[in-house]
Amino acid sequence: MRVSVSWLREYVDLPADLAPADLEQALVNLGIEVESIVDLGETVTGSLVVGEVREIEELTGFKKPIRFCRVDVGDANGTGEPQEIVCGARNFGVGDRVVVILPGGVLPGGFAIGARRTYGRNSNGMICSAKELGLGDDHSGILVLPPDSPAKPGDDARPVVGLDDVVVEVELTPDRGYQMSVRGIARELGHALGVPFRDPGLAPAPGATQRPAYPVEVRDPVGCDRFAARMVRGVDPAAPTPSWLARRLTTAGIRSISLPVDITNYVMLELGQPMHAFDADRIAGPLVVRRAEPGEKLTTLDGVARTLVAEDMVICDDTGPISLAAVMGGETSEVVEGTTSVLFEAAHWDPVMVGRTARRHRLFSEAAKRWERGVDPALPLVAIERAVRLLTEHGGGTAGDEILDIDHVRARTPITIPADLPTRRVGVEYPPARVAALLERVGCRVATGADRLGEDPGEVGVAAGGGVALTVTPPTWRPDLTDPADLVEEVVRFDGYDRVPSVLPVAPAGRGLTWQQRRRRAVARALADQGYVEVLAQPFVSTELADQLGLPADDPRRRGVRLANPLSEEEPLLRTTLLGPLLGALKRNLGRSQRDLALYEIGAVFHPRPGAGSPPAMGVAHRPSDAELAAADATLPDQPLHVAVALTGEIERAGWWGPGRAAGWADAVEAARVVLAVAGIPDERVTVRAAEYAPWHPGRCAQLLVDDAVVGHAGELHPAAVAALDLPRRTCAMELDLDAVPAAPLRSGPSISTFPPALIDVALVVDESVPAAQVQRALVEGAGELLEEVRLFDVYASAQLGAGRRSLAYKLTFRAPDRTLTVEEAVAARDAAVARAAERFGATLRGA
Amino acid sequence: MSYRNDPYDPKQVALLDPAALAEAVADAEKAFAAAGDPDALAALRPAHLGDRSPVSLARREIGALPPAAKADAGKRVNEARRAIEAGYAARQEVLEREHAERMLVEERVDVTLPYDRRQRGARHPVSTLMEEISDFFVGMGYEVAEGPEVELEWTNFDALNIPPDHPARGLMDTFHVAPENSGLVLRTHTSPVQARTMLTRTPPIYVIVPGRVYRTDELDATHAPVFHQVEGLVVDKGITMAHLRGTLDHFARAMFGPDATTRWRPHYFPFTEPSAEFDVWFPEHRKGPQWVEWGGCGMVNPRVLRACGIDPEVYSGFAFGMGIDRTVMFRHGVGDMRDMVEGDVRFTRAFGYGG
Repeated sequence: MRVSVSWLREYVDLPADLAPADLEQALVNLGIEVESIVDLGETVTGSLVVGEVREIEELTGFKKPIRFCRVDVGDANGTGEPQEIVCGARNFGVGDRVVVILPGGVLPGGFAIGARRTYGRNSNGMICSAKELGLGDDHSGILVLPPDSPAKPGDDARPVVGLDDVVVEVELTPDRGYQMSVRGIARELGHALGVPFRDPGLAPAPGATQRPAYPVEVRDPVGCDRFAARMVRGVDPAAPTPSWLARRLTTAGIRSISLPVDITNYVMLELGQPMHAFDADRIAGPLVVRRAEPGEKLTTLDGVARTLVAEDMVICDDTGPISLAAVMGGETSEVVEGTTSVLFEAAHWDPVMVGRTARRHRLFSEAAKRWERGVDPALPLVAIERAVRLLTEHGGGTAGDEILDIDHVRARTPITIPADLPTRRVGVEYPPARVAALLERVGCRVATGADRLGEDPGEVGVAAGGGVALTVTPPTWRPDLTDPADLVEEVVRFDGYDRVPSVLPVAPAGRGLTWQQRRRRAVARALADQGYVEVLAQPFVSTELADQLGLPADDPRRRGVRLANPLSEEEPLLRTTLLGPLLGALKRNLGRSQRDLALYEIGAVFHPRPGAGSPPAMGVAHRPSDAELAAADATLPDQPLHVAVALTGEIERAGWWGPGRAAGWADAVEAARVVLAVAGIPDERVTVRAAEYAPWHPGRCAQLLVDDAVVGHAGELHPAAVAALDLPRRTCAMELDLDAVPAAPLRSGPSISTFPPALIDVALVVDESVPAAQVQRALVEGAGELLEEVRLFDVYASAQLGAGRRSLAYKLTFRAPDRTLTVEEAVAARDAAVARAAERFGATLRGA
Repeated sequence: MSYRNDPYDPKQVALLDPAALAEAVADAEKAFAAAGDPDALAALRPAHLGDRSPVSLARREIGALPPAAKADAGKRVNEARRAIEAGYAARQEVLEREHAERMLVEERVDVTLPYDRRQRGARHPVSTLMEEISDFFVGMGYEVAEGPEVELEWTNFDALNIPPDHPARGLMDTFHVAPENSGLVLRTHTSPVQARTMLTRTPPIYVIVPGRVYRTDELDATHAPVFHQVEGLVVDKGITMAHLRGTLDHFARAMFGPDATTRWRPHYFPFTEPSAEFDVWFPEHRKGPQWVEWGGCGMVNPRVLRACGIDPEVYSGFAFGMGIDRTVMFRHGVGDMRDMVEGDVRFTRAFGYGG
């Protein structure tokens, strides 16, 4: 909201020398965010004066019509002679008074004005438009002063056009509807600065008369608990809006339309009461205020034909709906050029209804914004009185004697609080009298009594704790004050947040991080140690991704959580695998000329639970039952934490040490093994085996298991997926479900033998289809307890071995815990190991 | 020394002649001195100390001497042998020392050669800051609480005193899970974890909640649809706003140095009352010491406590929260939000492994 300080000063006695910075600080301390404060007097420098147009010479022969003007600027130019100025605008005539900036002046935006030769003439200065002066967006012509302006040629034009003012733009929080008005901000500043405030909302206004101003029936007093109206007849349809009024609207960002409409907007800005002006001659029969019939149509003032639903409130005449109540008027009944009879309406609407209607019709009008945040229900008659006076004063006409006021507003329920509640919540000692005084400053009525608490602990009250109780009735303009905590906030806000001391509470002993949290960190750090760079990718993916990855038709990863309102229709799904977004980041880096990349991400993936249904409706008056909460949580997607890596280019670079090495499937598998190792899973519980699983290359995909449960896959990506995603050939990846990896077991410490080992190498020839991991497992089983370590150190294939055969060379380390092994013992163990491999896979000792 | 062998040894043996022995010693010393390195020296050993060396051959002759002469001859031979051995050892020590010194020179390498065979990895600054903040609060006895990113509308909004038609719902541009009335959203803040914590734990509650959150903001220099928050929640007997300020001041000093402090501005959040936004005084700001908008805070609204099954007559609490990405940006002088989310390795590597 933008408002000028001069308007505020009409109701609050701000210090004459209040600096903009002090005003800003006062507003900020009140919780009103200041977007900008502009001292208009400083936006134009140099001589800005009133001029009267004396002569106009039309210049021809140019692309557009140009005028050469002689403008009387009094003595402002030092000579008293008319100022010669070339001007391209045409909306003025001889005798009009305009605003002239003389050479040497600077307009907003640093636009310096000088004497110059243009269109063959000397131009000494400029005749200004409102936009050039920073007064609004109207660039249709230059600013012509209204005939009633008392300004004389040569006068400083700043006060005349409102450039002596300070304009404040504030951002208001959604709870404080009352601040969306000059009244509200002036009140707050009065309290904050301790200066007198005159409440325009309490201005005298005549009450309802026996006879209504117009026949009105309110059929839904819940949606509309107050409806007031008064007629003004005989208005001069040609009467212009006074310039000061139009200017204040412009400052607030509201376009001037016609005198009656401008007045309703003015009253809304001043008091916070949205109003409507009907052309009484364009409504037929009595008005009915009711809920809309589903499907009813109404064309609102913005020219949009709207279909209404049963929750919307409408004002109808004999022809049907003529206004979308509280949100926007209709075309058929609006004030038009020839309107002479104006029916002002000021009502009070249900904020929830207005909010829903505004959202449904995407119509966040100035009125709707105020209704939604809460409007003072005591205002309608005051607002109507203000509007009627403004209209009769500036537009002639006669106010009708009859005043309509259908009032169903319910009195506020008092809130009872212990007087020490603010002290207990804030930690500042507020004596009861101080609490009462601060709440009274807000506008509350405060009654003190020790006995009220016992009577009515009520739902808004606080249980009796002995001591003084305060019974607080908030003012009509503060519908947001409903709970004891709201009153606490008002106390600390006006006493000052800066008075709250700094005291460090002592927490009870905590238990540190959970093992899952420690594991997640360990995994993240280990992968970074391995050379991977962490990515936090956005989890939105396209529907095409599943095809690009080559996921089979029945793959559960095809069923993603779909968003109702994705940012991009291209990416409406949440990821079911980290790979999509991670490969996207890989590609982005490739696009930025990085070639050798190793990325990782740890994050959630999302799997909808088929047939989960919707969560049960749960209230907030008390805690939902465990059963309700469990039922609600059962509708959430499964959201396991995954870890993934993606690799391309060289994982080891070439250098003075020798050639580089391209990242391959084995690096991806090793990344998976590292993750499981830092997760504390002993190697013997980890199984790696070949698998066919998209999006991996069917011959280069490892499946990782802990015990018997699959926890993820690693290897080289399928060439088709790589092609579909436009990635470099042989891109590799790994993805594990961290939540599927069990907790690390408590490990037993080994007893370390200090006896010497026996080292024996064996080379086994097996069919190349036999996985090395299984050969090794057979060796381990066969060797028995004397085997301390087994390590595959060479894999070899040759014509000599025969097609489809390969040699696996292992280094076996045998050691006994209690003695030095004899050669015979070691050889026996080796033979047992080889025998097991031979028995299981037909392995033969190479060279044997 | 004069030779007095003759009276005892009528049978003169040339090899045992003192002069011959002396010559053998002299020859050996001369040869050893000529050896240039330990290997060359070792090669001389057989000739001077081996089985067929003069002193070894001399020793063999002793057996043939008359008993009376044996002792004297044996003594002479042993002396000669010891002299050669000593010469050998001395020379060996010199040569090995020289060799070792030479090797140290010859084996010199250029230790400034880069060894960037594997590129270094890196942690994302958002991750490490979340861990740093968590660690700070864990050190104070807090625990780290977490919750789902796809949330119930009830925990994201209703339980936090944001009823369906509250304007505050409109302020948080929310991603809804399809269909729109599914009752599920991408959490718009970490605050639903507050609700979940209060629903599942009993006070005293001291938790810190880092996590990823979502709003329907297009990605630009200052906004991202996916970003991170951290928030703290304390529910205990007798908790006041003063405790909130104490906690924030302590936290601010940990993050921004001993001179950091906080400043509050009244504000509105449905889930806290009273509420404030807070600024932090950041002495090391890249553009000079200044106040920076940091986050929101307040006393947990009793309505929230009630919805989560905690008696507001007995307990009170405070909550605070701030954007992690934004904190990284102003703490480290990052100018563009997009750099935080695009995963460019050049950006992330600049932060190394983090704290």
